[in-house]
Amino acid sequence: MTVLRRLVPLLLVAAALLAMIQTISGRKTTNISTPATVSKQFAVDLTTEKIDQWFAARWTSEQITPATTAAPLAILRRLSLALHGTVPSLEELREFDADDRPQKLERWTQRLLTDSRCPTYLSERLGRALVGADEGPFLAFRRDRFHAWLGEQIAADRPWDRIVTELVSGRGLPTGNPETNFITIAQIDEEIDAELLAGRSVRAFLGQRIDCAQCHDHFFDPRWKQVHFQGLAAFFSPVRFTPLGVDDGDRQFQVTDHADDTSRVVSPGVPFGSEWLPEGGSARQRFAAWLTDERNERFDRAIVNRLWGLMFGRPFHAPIDDLPDPGDPATVPLDLIARDFRDHRRSLKWLVHVIASSRPFRLDSRPNPQARQSTPDEISSEELRGQEEAWAIFPLIRLRPEQVIGAMLQAGSIKTIDRHSHLFTRARRFFGEQNFVQEYGDLGDEELSEQTGTIPQALLRMNGELARELIQPGLLSATTTIAKATVDDNALCLRTCFEVCLGRQPVAEESEVLGGWLTGTRGEQREQAVEDIFWTLFNSPEFSWNH
Amino acid sequence: MSVMITSPSTDRRRWLEQILATLGLGFSLPTLETRAAARRGSKRPTSLITLFLAGGPSQLETWDPHPGSAVGGPTKAIATRLPGLKIAADFQQTAEVINELSVIRSLVSREGDHQRGVYLVKTGYRPDQTLTHPSVGAILAKERWNAKIAIPQHVSLGSDQRPARGGFLGAQYDAYKIYNPGGRLRNIASRANNSRQRRRLDGLDVVSRTFRRGRAVAVRATQHQLMVDRALTMMNADQLKAFQLDLDDESQSTIDLYGDSRFGRGCLVARRLVQAGVRAIEVTLPGWDTHANNFEGHREQAGILDPALFALITDLKQHDLLDSTIVLVLGEFGRTPTVNPLDGRDHWPHGFSCLVGGGGLATGRVLGATDPTGRNRKPTRPIEIADLFATILSRMGVKHDKEMITPIGRPMAYCEGTPIPGLL
Repeated sequence: MTVLRRLVPLLLVAAALLAMIQTISGRKTTNISTPATVSKQFAVDLTTEKIDQWFAARWTSEQITPATTAAPLAILRRLSLALHGTVPSLEELREFDADDRPQKLERWTQRLLTDSRCPTYLSERLGRALVGADEGPFLAFRRDRFHAWLGEQIAADRPWDRIVTELVSGRGLPTGNPETNFITIAQIDEEIDAELLAGRSVRAFLGQRIDCAQCHDHFFDPRWKQVHFQGLAAFFSPVRFTPLGVDDGDRQFQVTDHADDTSRVVSPGVPFGSEWLPEGGSARQRFAAWLTDERNERFDRAIVNRLWGLMFGRPFHAPIDDLPDPGDPATVPLDLIARDFRDHRRSLKWLVHVIASSRPFRLDSRPNPQARQSTPDEISSEELRGQEEAWAIFPLIRLRPEQVIGAMLQAGSIKTIDRHSHLFTRARRFFGEQNFVQEYGDLGDEELSEQTGTIPQALLRMNGELARELIQPGLLSATTTIAKATVDDNALCLRTCFEVCLGRQPVAEESEVLGGWLTGTRGEQREQAVEDIFWTLFNSPEFSWNH
Repeated sequence: MSVMITSPSTDRRRWLEQILATLGLGFSLPTLETRAAARRGSKRPTSLITLFLAGGPSQLETWDPHPGSAVGGPTKAIATRLPGLKIAADFQQTAEVINELSVIRSLVSREGDHQRGVYLVKTGYRPDQTLTHPSVGAILAKERWNAKIAIPQHVSLGSDQRPARGGFLGAQYDAYKIYNPGGRLRNIASRANNSRQRRRLDGLDVVSRTFRRGRAVAVRATQHQLMVDRALTMMNADQLKAFQLDLDDESQSTIDLYGDSRFGRGCLVARRLVQAGVRAIEVTLPGWDTHANNFEGHREQAGILDPALFALITDLKQHDLLDSTIVLVLGEFGRTPTVNPLDGRDHWPHGFSCLVGGGGLATGRVLGATDPTGRNRKPTRPIEIADLFATILSRMGVKHDKEMITPIGRPMAYCEGTPIPGLL
């Protein structure tokens, strides 16, 4: 028995090591399989054709030569970052490489969407627009439940209008009916703040910012008047939070005129499309019906713009919640996609497929070398900005903190970290991610604003505890495993490091310099060389920027 | 912005050496002291220290006691150096130096929730879903950027759940967070020895070059290299010593004066950071949210705050820094005049107190008053947080109503208040 008790952990470790070594040598694959064909409901050719034509025409008229198509591995990295919040694992890279059937990227998009990491990650991202990043009222708000619920909706590919209807008109406790957290996050000083909910709903679901109209008619945008805002807020006025949960009372919306200090009651009303407002139902149900009405083009345009933002790291139109009217020449692709989105049961997965298949998503992040007489490095900042604005090049976007740490954890693991991973691995990911994100600086609600990095972030990547833990040699660490599994093959060793961190192979100069560190090394020295290679790659701009 | 780096990264090490040579000379405490002293007089103050009392301290148990009244509770009041001013009896040491500051007893806020309240007292604005306002510290760091130092210009010391942010000015103005002041700095020391660190940086040059190839303009715009270089400069900056309390350059009596607490050490580090040229420092003392056992809780808190505040004022004065440093002592709101059944007081944003002074602001003023009967919710001469910040900003030479165009295209003044005449 004693012998057996000692043998079991050893055998487990040996099995784990063997699995990693098989992965490095390309003999091991993941649990999830790539579909042989793209499902019929995700056939998006007709839509992408329309938008690609629009972009092509724009580039021609602006005399822009678009970038060439990016390498498939680079596109896989973008997809993985957008849908899973990490870089692809070595297992996935090797499988992707070996996959030579047609429609590879489309099939892999479908695979990534099916993976359990997708709803988990997307619910966090989309959740920012729905409930913000504030802590929320104690007990009344349960962020964990909300994200879990939203993740289930995404996984089940629930139509977006159904999801929104439940968010806006949900009733019950924030634990048992997690959609009601959309309402309870707005509880301030024991009262549900109707104005806060009106502002957020219009921003999140219609892509319009009318918050200014809370206090005065919009200064710059004559579309939005104070009476519009008040009418919208009145839909949320009856909602209350009692020990039995969220439900509707009969409170009316009162506003005070500061001029003469008198107050008056405002009835629910909408700024446009009043004919879409049904007669019956609770105020919130009526509002939800109006928001999601098939004729309300803003509803579909808003989610298209937001998902575009989540996929690229930059919305098609910025600011994300200040869209022009439908039909505006600047946002034609939003209209084109929105219309087809409506005809495809407002499926978010379908929408991801469209954006992932569009020409802009697949362009290289380097200017087209054919476009100019001189080299691409000599392109002016203005020219580059012009190309980025016309989506003729994939923009460089700083990764979110979750993506940076997700990528570090994945690179430091070799094996895919998902719900099949060992509890310890998942726990490390969970706590490591929380601490790292806190220290790296959470972007809060402003997650799609473009910002450069900071000094504390650079310090955290270079000298932080988690980064050190991930790359220091040790039993089961990626560095030791790679160093040991490739002891007679320096080229394979370096290639593996590059693949797990950057998803590409080293170029000649990199092989010469970084590969040189491996020459003639054995044991501890070799592990240190691999550790230094990992450090170098973790700190490179290529690692922490989407490209 | 500080030193702009334009040399290509391959020259980085040479450049670093040059910078370090310059910085090495720049940091020596006596020299800086003299400089700070030389700047006083008609010159603008150079730094702001905010002692942030997180959780909402009771005005009645601190700077606005009403003993023997309907709202006073068991708290007693003591006389201070300022004739006629009485403060809570637990602040015996503060009473000796409070004449260096002014007391505002009529602050008003419209936020009774911690997160929202903190936002308001750090930015001067109510939370807005469409943008994040910069904190006063961030505004000072931006407007009065000190190009001479390689350490952050805006620092948060102690455990603060909601440290001050750069908001729409950008994350580079977020407060640099030090959880354990005086202790080892996190993420500052390289994890590899010198030769391996050199190798790593050489490798980084090579890998960065590959990425720049074909996309040099876009990569430059990311400022990734710039941040790495600045981080490396900071790792080697002599000014980092200002964060450390184990260098034998402070006497034991000075250290003891501040009290044996994280907050006390934070206050001492704050004074050292002022000497090093840091613009805005907040030191946080949590634990004021006394919904139960309010009086006992405040007595314990006073045991930490009283010596630290006394030491800070005395020490700044001794170093001739009080005239160039504004000190603000503030929480996110006050506490209710009524005492609840748990012997606690609840949140009260309708009339609460703060201390402010130094930096050439008027001293010894007592502004506003709350009603000892508790019947009048509104204090006399109510003062908004924005007015307090307008006072501080304009005293520090920053145009408080300067309009910035925010990322959403909406013009926004740094501060919508008006300077308080009694304090300037």
